Amino acid sequence: MVLSHARERIESDIKVTLGFWLYLMTDCILFATLFAVYVVMQPATAGGPSGAELFDLPFVLGETLLLLFSSFTCGLALLAARARSKNQTIAWLLVTVGLGCAFLSMELYEFIHLINEGFGWQRSGFLSAFFVLVGTHGLHILVGILWAVTMIVRLSREGLTHSTNRKLTLFSMFWHFLDVIWIFIFTIVYMIGAIS
Amino acid sequence: MTSQPKPTQSADHGTTLRNYTIGFVASLVLTLLAYLLVTQYLSADTPQLSRSVLVIALAVLAMTQFVVQLVLFLHLGTETRPRWRLFVFWFMIFIVLILVVGSLWIMQNLDYNMMSPQETTIYMKNHQGF
Repeated sequence: MVLSHARERIESDIKVTLGFWLYLMTDCILFATLFAVYVVMQPATAGGPSGAELFDLPFVLGETLLLLFSSFTCGLALLAARARSKNQTIAWLLVTVGLGCAFLSMELYEFIHLINEGFGWQRSGFLSAFFVLVGTHGLHILVGILWAVTMIVRLSREGLTHSTNRKLTLFSMFWHFLDVIWIFIFTIVYMIGAIS
Repeated sequence: MTSQPKPTQSADHGTTLRNYTIGFVASLVLTLLAYLLVTQYLSADTPQLSRSVLVIALAVLAMTQFVVQLVLFLHLGTETRPRWRLFVFWFMIFIVLILVVGSLWIMQNLDYNMMSPQETTIYMKNHQGF
């Protein structure tokens, strides 16, 4: 009885993670569309500034390292949950949320700075595409932060149950996925943009 | 007891501290390498790499980091058969390639077909006719 119940749980876990994986793959297609738009729009500066003139590379490297480190600490939270240590799981999740908030603040600072300089999304096709692509990623990060916060609350109330473990697995997939998307934003928007 | 069931064992391959650490350090190195290549290129009076070589290098670095994070963070390809995740992943890559390559191709042709008469004259001069 116990064994068959455990097997049922494993099978339902596999279904749930596969379902979530399907969502992530469709999200990849959404981002691919925005990347295609960005690459087409990149030369369309309408007499305004290009990426090479706007982007502050050390600032962007800082953002990138924050997000990469948060992806790592999110993995550590998952490992702590596997080791059945509730406090460590919550601690690593808090670190992940903190790093995510720092990343998002830097991104908002960059956006507000650009808008105040007069280089908002209305300025050119290039800037519209830039704000939509990077902004969509930022919106995902915001959702991830809210998700992590609700999980911290649930973990501290309920502890490491089967349900919270499963949610933690899905959250870690989501958060790692956002870092994967950022590799391409870092490379295509900022690095290649800086030398164009 | 070996009969003690582990709740999520099958969804769990590759979740080890070793994998996460290797993935993190490798991603860090690849990111810094890309950053250094670009800043070197921008600060040097006569860059050692040409622009197109640098773009290819950046693309290779990004693709490497993509694979590193997929395997070591998202544990792609470590699931037991049937490998539905891997299957869906390759289908996603297929769609993304059609979407991105197709868009760029069409938009380039559109640029060419929408040239003004003056631009067409210049283009024909440079390319000795169509």
